[in-house]
Amino acid sequence: MSTATVRKRRIRIPYRIAMEPRLEPVPAWMPPLVSLAAVAAALAVGAVILVLVGGNPFSTYAHIARASFGSLGVFSDTLVKATPIILVGLACSLAFRMRLWNIGAEGQFMIGAFGASTVVLAPLLPESTPRPLMLLAMIVAGTAAGALWGLIPGVLKAKLNVNEIITTLMLNYIAISWNYFFIFAVWSEGGFEMSRVFPRNAWLPRLADYAQQVPLFRGLTTHLGLVFGILAAVLVWFVIYRSRWGYEIRLIGDNPRAAQYAGIPIVRNTILVMMFSGGLAGLAGVSEISGVVHRFQGTISPGYGFTGIIVAWLAKLNPLAVVVVSLLFGSLILAGREIQPSGIPKLIQGIILFAVIASDVLLRYRIRLSHVQEA
Amino acid sequence: MQGELCPAIEMRGIVKRFPGVVAVDYVDLTVHAGEIHALLGENGAGKSTLMNVLAGLYRPDAGQITVCGHRADLRSPRDAIDLGIGMVHQHFMLVQSQTVTENILLGLDEPRFFLRLAAYHQRVARLGERFGLHVDPRARIWQLCVGEQQRVEILKMLYRGTDVLIMDEPTAVLAPPEIEELFRTLRSMTREGKSVIFISHKLREVMQVADRVTVLRKGRVTAAGLDKDATSAEELARLMVGRSVLFRVEKAAQKPGQVVLAVDDIHADNDKGLPALRGLSLQVRAGEVLGLAGIAGNGQRELAEVITGLRPATSGRIMIQGQKIENGRTLTAIQRGVSHVPEDRTEVGSAPNLSLTDNLIMKHYRREPIAQGWAISQAAANAWAGDLKQAYDIVAPSIDVPARLLSGGNLQRLILAREIATQPRLLVAVQPTRGLDVGAIEDVQRLLLAQRESGAAILLISEELDELFALSDRVAVIYEGQIAGEMQTEDREAVGLMMTGERRQKRRSEGQ
Amino acid sequence: MDPSIILHSGIATGTVLLFATIGELLCERSGILNLGVEGMMLMGAMSGFGVAVSTGSPWLGLLVAMLVAGLVSLLHGFVTIHLQADQVVSGLSLTFLGTGLSLIFGEGLSKAGTISLLPSFGIPLLAQVPFFGPILFDNHNVLVYLGYLFTPLVWFYMNRTRPGLHLRAVGEHPAAADALGIHVYRLRYFYVCVGGLLAGLAGATISLAVSPGWFSEMTTSGQGWIAVGLVIFAQWNPLRAAVGAYTFGALRRLILDLQGPTSLLGVRNPFFYNPYLGFFLQMVPYAFTVIVLILGSREAARKRIGAPAALGLPYVREERG
Repeated sequence: MSTATVRKRRIRIPYRIAMEPRLEPVPAWMPPLVSLAAVAAALAVGAVILVLVGGNPFSTYAHIARASFGSLGVFSDTLVKATPIILVGLACSLAFRMRLWNIGAEGQFMIGAFGASTVVLAPLLPESTPRPLMLLAMIVAGTAAGALWGLIPGVLKAKLNVNEIITTLMLNYIAISWNYFFIFAVWSEGGFEMSRVFPRNAWLPRLADYAQQVPLFRGLTTHLGLVFGILAAVLVWFVIYRSRWGYEIRLIGDNPRAAQYAGIPIVRNTILVMMFSGGLAGLAGVSEISGVVHRFQGTISPGYGFTGIIVAWLAKLNPLAVVVVSLLFGSLILAGREIQPSGIPKLIQGIILFAVIASDVLLRYRIRLSHVQEA
Repeated sequence: MQGELCPAIEMRGIVKRFPGVVAVDYVDLTVHAGEIHALLGENGAGKSTLMNVLAGLYRPDAGQITVCGHRADLRSPRDAIDLGIGMVHQHFMLVQSQTVTENILLGLDEPRFFLRLAAYHQRVARLGERFGLHVDPRARIWQLCVGEQQRVEILKMLYRGTDVLIMDEPTAVLAPPEIEELFRTLRSMTREGKSVIFISHKLREVMQVADRVTVLRKGRVTAAGLDKDATSAEELARLMVGRSVLFRVEKAAQKPGQVVLAVDDIHADNDKGLPALRGLSLQVRAGEVLGLAGIAGNGQRELAEVITGLRPATSGRIMIQGQKIENGRTLTAIQRGVSHVPEDRTEVGSAPNLSLTDNLIMKHYRREPIAQGWAISQAAANAWAGDLKQAYDIVAPSIDVPARLLSGGNLQRLILAREIATQPRLLVAVQPTRGLDVGAIEDVQRLLLAQRESGAAILLISEELDELFALSDRVAVIYEGQIAGEMQTEDREAVGLMMTGERRQKRRSEGQ
Repeated sequence: MDPSIILHSGIATGTVLLFATIGELLCERSGILNLGVEGMMLMGAMSGFGVAVSTGSPWLGLLVAMLVAGLVSLLHGFVTIHLQADQVVSGLSLTFLGTGLSLIFGEGLSKAGTISLLPSFGIPLLAQVPFFGPILFDNHNVLVYLGYLFTPLVWFYMNRTRPGLHLRAVGEHPAAADALGIHVYRLRYFYVCVGGLLAGLAGATISLAVSPGWFSEMTTSGQGWIAVGLVIFAQWNPLRAAVGAYTFGALRRLILDLQGPTSLLGVRNPFFYNPYLGFFLQMVPYAFTVIVLILGSREAARKRIGAPAALGLPYVREERG
């Protein structure tokens, strides 16, 4: 044993920053406030970076605000952009509830678009099909395709414990290549990267269609997909908070071993949730193809799949909050198309997500400055 | 070497606060060289916390520590180890996938860069022989049994030249003969002038091994440095809890009824794929408690899991009230009236971030009135949870708080409430009182006996022989995946021998 | 469709994956999952190329690439180690951040002109070895040779040195390491940074050596994610990582070459006559990753060894008495 060790006199600061776990649940107003603060902080950081690159943050942000909410017309455009985000956000939030990291919403979106397009372009139904039937078939085909794209990683995870982050991601790339093949080789119009325009009975009804009856609607491109999104949000809310299945999902997500102990089948639920999640993302693809683009082409998603992840996290996996947050991001994407450089929206998304998860610590811990005394 | 000039350790005025609780409240402790000093107190009294401060893991909010006359500033475990203070924790801190030697060398400055293990293997082996702690230095930790792992932990500290060895509840995982061996090892260490601080809540052992005793209650010292010979078990118990402890719970004699649980020649594997149960059979009747004694790792966990459907058996049958249970189907077991109080409250028995309500309905949510078709009636769930919270005295601000905020005792009450409320025919309770303070322990034991009286069959798996003998009508011993024997009288020695495989009863025919 | 050319090219492309995979492997061995590899690689590729263009020195570009990626990855480290945030989401944020930053600062870089590359050369005696010589030791970039040395060095470091022992302990049982005085937080920060450095190196290997230039997101086209998958396949062993990385590299070249000739094995080459079938070939690396993952997971289940035990779990010194 060492005998007297003379320790060097260190300068001791008698204070300590400690992170103490919170013992009581936080008041209900805290999580949204923290999220809001995180977004504000992220926008501030984004502004700094904009300055570094030579842009003007104030005009940029003002531009975004004006370009998204400035008038009825642009608000309608924002809603259009928000529609697929709502659905993808719901898809992600459902999967994340069970700690299934569905990063493949982008690919499921693409495959959903493919499914819907097949009905029109293959064609699976004759062109004279009445509109409701055609649309119904497209919805079913697209949602099923998305569900299939979710089923594959779901089964791999459930039965073989294969990491779903990587498999869903790989399927993203595969879906894109798959679509490209059909766009270029099978359904190409004149050799370009797009198919022919869909016939009218394959278009989701829009507000503008009713401009005759309601002049206010003239030029507004908000389409039926928005209704799908809101209905889906309500449905998912009911499932998660008020249904037996939702309880099981939440239990598995919090503690799979406890769920097993309670007799809840994990394999079956993993597959079902991934299918449901993929189906929702696929529906987003249908909505976009049939409500906005009206043809099958390569560039139908400016990264909706990844935006959905952030939206889900920012909304703390609450389906109703997803709708609200999707509006914010819809506006970002809408305005982002005109912002140079093109990496800005992705950058802001990344900063917001970092800010949100960093701020989450405030909900779990209390930061305290304590005084240390030594007798 | 006793009676050296300086006390080995002197702690003065130590305070340690955690959010919401003062764990150590102005505690003084003096430990001499060459003695075994017991730190006695019930669970939650602050013993482990105090020792974690001494070992450098926690920084005290106030107070000072003196090591052999010199002021010690312990800012990290390294500092403590440099001063010769080492701790063997209750839950071993061993890297499972690495070898014994690698674990022992972890964190040391030597070897400088290149690991040439062969030389170190020899050093470890020699050290082991010197203190009678035999273990294969080349073995990987996951290959060792619990007793051997403990030896590694002790060697780890001795290798670092520890003079003050702190042992936190070391006998929890040992069988009686192994406990004797541990005590012999500790004595040989004190003969060389080392000190041992022995943390325990078990009076019997403290009386057996300690030289002096310090008792903690609710973070304060109620008796400091008592000479073992100058006190008695009753006095220590009173100092521990503040009142005389009921050593025996009231258990009415009862005639057991029909066979509820029949385990017939079960074989099952453990997580590593090795056989854990090798043809085990037992029976439990309604209105009786069958206690199962055994050292951890002999198949108790796997047995509980097989009976409750969490683990498939490779052969054999489980019958509940004469009906065979489908293999490995938890839901079936639940529906047949099997309740399970698991060993691991937080990892298995509860969902930490879900509310108390969500945790309380875990076994019941499929039944009306909580279930309404596909939906769950939140009102019915809340009512159910509220009733249980009140009936079982679960202390919490409301039924909506997340379960992770509950203390150990309250969490166990929640689990018991949930499992008992379904009026089970068979209750499997695994280590139900582990880590609880005396008040909670009494509550749990009372609840178990109440279930016994209302006709449930209870399988009680516990490491506390006292508890088993107090609560059980019969005590069976499990050893290496089989029943080594069964007793109805309190014969500690026989049970102890069966627990280590020294003795085996002949299998009785069924129906007796 | 010369096998030696495919292998040769595979070694070069595989070196990119090698650095990224081993970087992530080291990070995960310390217990931190970092899914931001793709973003870090892009940052490395962009900044390496950008600096090389503006200063004319590819070596400086290489250095900056590593530093930039390493520094940015510390953000992920801080959020996961000190703030104990969910490591998956933090890694994704890092990907977005890295991708976004590289796209912004790399604007216009693709037209910035050519650079002088990092030197390529052959090793005199070894290149003469029949068959393997020209494949392994001739006409390769200096980074490839660095990769050869790197793999066994990392293996040796992990398994036969003291810091390697500490690394493994921190990822398996941080509490044990902490109780013995090892600085868990410090080590984890270090290895997160190392992972970032190596991802940056991987990115720079693309833009300064193997496929010089900057093609925004197409520069890496998902290789960062493949690297994460390869770590699982490699069972956290650098030697297996190397095997996986070089195999993947060869695969990519094979896919490219399959589309070239008019006839394959005596049969009409469908990929030549219908170039659109090439899209299916593009799927192969990604599908292959899935297969590799399946194999790796099954093996882990069978052998009952797997990820470092503490991977993905934040370490908090238990302060609740």
